[in-house]
Amino acid sequence: MTDLAIDVHGLTKRFGDRVAVDNVAIRMPKGQVWGFLGPNGSGKTTTIRMLCGLLKPDAGQGTCLGYDLIADSRQIKRQVGYMTQKFSFWEDLSIRENLEFVARLYELRNIKQVVDQTLETLGLSSRQKQLAGTLSGGWKQRLALAACTLHNPAMLLLDEPTAGVDPQARRDFWDQIHRLAAEGLTVLVSTHYMDEAERCDEIVYIAYGQLMTQGPVSRIIDESGLHTWVAEGPGVRALADRLRGRDGAEHVAYFGSALHVSDSDAAKLDALIASEGGAGTQWRRERPSLEDVFIHLMGQAEDKS
Amino acid sequence: MIAPLKRILAILAKEFIQMRRDRMTFGMMIMVPIIQLTLFGFAINSDPRHLPTAVYLEETSPTVRSIVAAMRQSTYFDIKQQVFDPAEADRLLQNGEVAFVVEVPSGFTRGLLRGDRPQLLLSADASDPSAASGAVGQMNEIVRRALNESLGRGWSSLQGQPPLVDVVVHRRYNPEGITQYNIVPGLLGVILTMTMIMITSMAMTRERERGTLENLLAMPARPWEVMVGKITPYVGVGLIQTGIVLLASTFVFGVPFLGSPWLLLACVGLFIIANLAVGFTFSTIARTQMQAMQMTFFFFLPSILLSGFMFPFRGMPDWAQWIGSVFPLTHFLRAVRGIMLKGADATAVWHNIWPLLIFITVASFIALKRYRVTLD
Ligand SMILES: Nc1ncnc2c1ncn2[C@@H]1O[C@H](COP(=O)(O)OP(=O)(O)O)[C@@H](O)[C@H]1O
Ligand SMILES: [Mg+2]
Repeated sequence: MTDLAIDVHGLTKRFGDRVAVDNVAIRMPKGQVWGFLGPNGSGKTTTIRMLCGLLKPDAGQGTCLGYDLIADSRQIKRQVGYMTQKFSFWEDLSIRENLEFVARLYELRNIKQVVDQTLETLGLSSRQKQLAGTLSGGWKQRLALAACTLHNPAMLLLDEPTAGVDPQARRDFWDQIHRLAAEGLTVLVSTHYMDEAERCDEIVYIAYGQLMTQGPVSRIIDESGLHTWVAEGPGVRALADRLRGRDGAEHVAYFGSALHVSDSDAAKLDALIASEGGAGTQWRRERPSLEDVFIHLMGQAEDKS
Repeated sequence: MIAPLKRILAILAKEFIQMRRDRMTFGMMIMVPIIQLTLFGFAINSDPRHLPTAVYLEETSPTVRSIVAAMRQSTYFDIKQQVFDPAEADRLLQNGEVAFVVEVPSGFTRGLLRGDRPQLLLSADASDPSAASGAVGQMNEIVRRALNESLGRGWSSLQGQPPLVDVVVHRRYNPEGITQYNIVPGLLGVILTMTMIMITSMAMTRERERGTLENLLAMPARPWEVMVGKITPYVGVGLIQTGIVLLASTFVFGVPFLGSPWLLLACVGLFIIANLAVGFTFSTIARTQMQAMQMTFFFFLPSILLSGFMFPFRGMPDWAQWIGSVFPLTHFLRAVRGIMLKGADATAVWHNIWPLLIFITVASFIALKRYRVTLD
């Protein structure tokens, strides 16, 4: 047995003549939590669907949990828990009925016990008869996570599980993910949140269907070759418009009230800051944030496509 | 005044755009009237001709032959075969292979010449009264004309007198020509077609529309498991519907039930499966519940018009009969009418059963072929 949970290469998917996923390779060891990032429409959902056998790749091959992606998709489905981007449990079934249905499809034993236990852990025992459709976003997300871990999967594929969920629920959710990971579960989770990305062992970043970079957060930042200056103070707003599009300022972006100005060419960037660094602003050189790097990568991908 | 108008126009434009985008709905809106016009305009004829007829002749004088020839010439009767045994004639009528049997007793010609007004027996399959009525109504006139030609002037002097031959009509299986006898068993097929196809096609499409299909497919259920699991409850629904129609048919409409209930149940079972297979196939094609509904009607419309439910099957031109033979309802109607009204047994309805079996095989094959375990 391999110790890679996901080992795929050349993964490609077309819809008509549009390439949604283009020649993507991922090698992910077991027992880790990886973040899957990229702008909307970059092919995250499509990739995840190919990994769990819901879409047939047009090209490429590989294994999931040691099973062949194409030939053994039933085995993969048995051992993977997939949480869809859009809530996809049965809204006209109650919470309990949903869990029981899932448990039956996976042929679990002691269904009543398993479901009772799950409801207990979720804190939903008292509302088990409520229809799933009437739950709020945060509870739907918890129900979905509970349902897709019901069969003790070896790997979780979570597609933007925290989109539209309040900050506290988001934290709770991630605590739960790390608990599961500590028990040996492998997790691939797509997200748009940088704080979530930073809690991952490694990041896979994809744009326009192409894998742009992959690795631990610090390495991705180091390898980006990006340099960043941060400006703060009342003069920042006027500054932003002046700097945008200038040579030496590849991108200019607000982070809260601070302005990040980044470029790959340190000398040009320094020169620009020196000449434009007007009054009422304090400048300091900083290590680029993950988001700076992603903006930079997105720009690169745009140039390529 | 102008502001509401502007908003109405905005909504109008949006509806038009959406209508145009939904290709299937658009296609249906164009196709349905075309199909209706074709069917009502060309296919349906409530004065059926060329009805298959068997003759049982105990004597074959030139006069008798001229009567048979006149029947053929009238275009109402299509003389298919001559039988030599009354039991064989009965069997043909019961199977529905012929719509009429003409029986000429021995001594017919002699009686005719003696002026005894001999009987000529016309047995009609009246289980569908409207299919038989036109031809039956013409029979006296056909016989009169045949005798005129065959016997010559001398006999024509007798014109105006009571007819020389007593044409006795036996309306078999429905002597009083009660239309309910025909329609109520037919309704069983129509109701099952409608609900079975609609419910199954929507049940699957609903999963797709709501996004739950993705979840279902991500779990380890095989296509045939999903299909059987989704369809079985509706077989139960279909059986309940059957029970209701049969109870009403017997106790409210007084329709006779001559054959075996078990045979009927077997036919109902096959028919339900055939329709569920169609519904499942539709559900693999339709993207939305709306489209599933439209496809159901698309199938339902020709089913009721071309199956012999609303109009006599044999009144339709050949091409329409060909198309009609594709629909399971056509064969089911014949089987149900045969069993209930004619007391047909398994051998008699077999030629209505095997087309259903073929239909089920083909439709299930297409359904399973089209059903995807993936979202592609
Ligand atoms: N079923 C589909 N049919 C056609 N195009 C699709 C389909 N699913 C996704 N796409 C397209 O593929 C691209 C990638 O989509 P997706 O994988 O959903 O991106 P992400 O999850 O990263 O937002 C998008 O351009 C999207 O429009
Ligand atoms: Mg997505």
